[in-house]
Amino acid sequence: MHLGLRNEAGAAGTGPGDTAGGPRRTGQVGDARYGGAGICRWPPCERFRSILVRHVRRFPRFGGGSLFTGVVWGGYQLEVAFKPAVLTTAPPAAHFAEHQEVLEAFREGAAKLAGLHDTVLFCSLQDPAAPCPAGYNTSKVGRGAPNPDPGSCRTCETRTCVFGAQSVSLWSAAGRIELTVPKYSLADGDAQPAGSSLKRVRRSVERTLTHLDECVLLHQKTAELVGAELFGVVEGADVREERVRSARETAKRPVGGFVLDGFQSGVMDQALRAQLIAAVTAELPRDKPRLVLGVGRPDQVLSCVEGGVDLFEGFFPFVATERGCALCFRFAMEPDPESAGTRLPTLGPSHLHSVSREGNIAAASVSLAVLPHRYRDDLRPLVVGCGCYCCRNHSRAYLHHLLVTKELLAGVLLMLHNVSHYSSFFSSVREALATDRLETLKSVVLG
Amino acid sequence: KAAVPSRGAIAGAPLVLRILAECPVSKARACDMTLPHCTVNTPVFMPVGTQGTMKGVTAEQLENLGCQICLGNTYHLGMRPGPELIEKAKGLHGFMNWRRSLLTDSGGFQMVSLVELSQVTEEGVKFRSPYDNKEILLSPEQSIAIQNSLGSDIMMQLDDVVSSTVTGPRVEEAMRRSIRWLDRCIAANRNPESQNLFAIIQGGLNSELRHICLEEMTKRDVPGFAIGGLSGGEEKDDFWKMVTLSTDHLPREKPRYLMGVGYAVDLVVCVALGCDMFDCVFPTRTARFGSALVPWGSLQLKHKQYAKDFQPIDPECTCPTCRRHSRAYLHALLKCDTAALHHITIHNISYQLSLMQSVRQSIIDGCFPQFVRAFMDRMFPSREQYPRWAVDALASVGITLN
Repeated sequence: MHLGLRNEAGAAGTGPGDTAGGPRRTGQVGDARYGGAGICRWPPCERFRSILVRHVRRFPRFGGGSLFTGVVWGGYQLEVAFKPAVLTTAPPAAHFAEHQEVLEAFREGAAKLAGLHDTVLFCSLQDPAAPCPAGYNTSKVGRGAPNPDPGSCRTCETRTCVFGAQSVSLWSAAGRIELTVPKYSLADGDAQPAGSSLKRVRRSVERTLTHLDECVLLHQKTAELVGAELFGVVEGADVREERVRSARETAKRPVGGFVLDGFQSGVMDQALRAQLIAAVTAELPRDKPRLVLGVGRPDQVLSCVEGGVDLFEGFFPFVATERGCALCFRFAMEPDPESAGTRLPTLGPSHLHSVSREGNIAAASVSLAVLPHRYRDDLRPLVVGCGCYCCRNHSRAYLHHLLVTKELLAGVLLMLHNVSHYSSFFSSVREALATDRLETLKSVVLG
Repeated sequence: KAAVPSRGAIAGAPLVLRILAECPVSKARACDMTLPHCTVNTPVFMPVGTQGTMKGVTAEQLENLGCQICLGNTYHLGMRPGPELIEKAKGLHGFMNWRRSLLTDSGGFQMVSLVELSQVTEEGVKFRSPYDNKEILLSPEQSIAIQNSLGSDIMMQLDDVVSSTVTGPRVEEAMRRSIRWLDRCIAANRNPESQNLFAIIQGGLNSELRHICLEEMTKRDVPGFAIGGLSGGEEKDDFWKMVTLSTDHLPREKPRYLMGVGYAVDLVVCVALGCDMFDCVFPTRTARFGSALVPWGSLQLKHKQYAKDFQPIDPECTCPTCRRHSRAYLHALLKCDTAALHHITIHNISYQLSLMQSVRQSIIDGCFPQFVRAFMDRMFPSREQYPRWAVDALASVGITLN
């Protein structure tokens, strides 16, 4: 499976915004526009970028068909060797690790086993909706088999570099599982918390690159991985030089795309994230997708989109559902004559303008909790004008009843709405990029 | 066979029963029962959606599975969210957004299940609400008033329910009171043109009492009858005899609803004994323990043996779960996610509905006895393992299992 990007012009990585006629090469995105701190502006051809990567955890199948069909990634279409991608899903490896034996016996891959074979699968390591203990990544230098081909490892030229010795840990329902490269071949980053010492950060960048090189080797040798793409992970914590170094080095490897780690909501504040992402994406090739881990809130998503990010993990709707909340933030850019003047009280200006010190919108205006008593006899849909199954068929009163009686259907309906709302938001983002109205969208979302 | 509308009415009656076929051997029949919201094909299994929802299954999914009628529970819905709100939401149909037919029970069964909290008098049943500890009286009038607000196509009378394992004068007292309460329910029904009130035959396991009840209740002009007070832990030998006694004395041209029956074998046998409608929480409840129903029994999907079993639950089943998922996947999913229960629930409802459709078709095609033999053969590894009571019951209506 070749994960190539084609823009509407049909040529790989080229478009009206490119300087030279030929395709861009990795590591040469040295355009002045992309450098420096602050918001980065993309030329028109590059704006067709954001996809929602749907978080697959707790996503039951509905009526035998996919909820979404034919997701067109803006002006690009995700090329897949066997058929066009209809949907992308992101199971964390944590959910599959304990079932490796079963997967090996099955021989047809995790997507097919999970009934998700008509989607493109992106496998991350950790579940962004679950807390993940820090530490537990090891180099275990000195254990494991020696590297049979030390010259192939670009970062470490010594013969003592060990192959397959590194491991990361993840948490499954069965407890902690240690993954080593030969066992799982999943490139992962070793993230350091912000404020770590420079030495630590440097070492984490090194370790990540070493791990990636092993994965690349294994990937190239493994027949079962022919259809799969490997993404390289960019680390560097909050240290700009290390971020840039990590990005440059990772870009040299033959990866299909890039994962930006260490920018999760709660780990790094908005302003710093924006600066560092801009610095990172400046070093990355234009024709390969960039995914950021653990960012889901709409204002933060917009900030990352501005910085050149294409893919986001879709855990945000799930987290809202778990809290019994329905997403309701606005993202429609055209004024809708049908709802103008009939705005719901919960979406009134007083709520939308509650911003925190960091300039981020507070959680309260992004979603509404349906459990409060005032919704008990509210026969309106969750969000007026929303076209999702839940809003077309059910009222807040019914949702409220389901939550009070702790019925399973509550989560099902809320999830349907939340995924739909969030996905429509991303459509809006793509539309805004296509028509150069990102600022307008920002003002709608942020109020 | 000619169509036989009930009560002699043609248009405007809220229930019209057309008998399409009757088994020449047994007492089985296949009918079309036209109700205000939609026509229901019988024999029919009605899934139970106690609190206005079918355990995680959406209304659309239920429709797609072919469900034409399902159940709501008056007691639970009467407590939460309450009849006023539901009436405001255009009835239970509007509240749950279910376009097809609905049947509500009276709340009476909860008397048996919550008996420590209740006290039965001539007036009604006194409960202490488990939600706010208030004392509530559920009288026949109250029950019908709630069901009128719910707007179901079929309402059940409030009956004085006693467990089938109870003996002595209490059984007769309950049976006679149920007759009196039937009359009060009929009088209290404010929507006789759009809602059907069914009577419930009581009398425990006592033939005489059953006879009396049948004689009395069939004097009342109700559109349908339920056979109640069974399926509560009594011996199967006693159970089937009461069922067949009841159907012998119920009018042919009105539907017979056997309450609380849902195991596959019980369904097939009781169709042979002349019942048209069934309800049970079993298929949805057992799904939530990871148990999937199949023509040869059930699969306990939590069991290790399914870890690498890549077939669907039933290779011949066409439900959404079997079309997309394997036993191995469900086994793995059961360990970490409630979505697994949802998939199995869908399959189990589909199994029950398909079973009834096959039963119905075999009656229409005139080969119901052969169907029964094939069904039993598939379900049990050998003839020796056929349940004695089932063999006897089928034999009593001319179906032999040699």
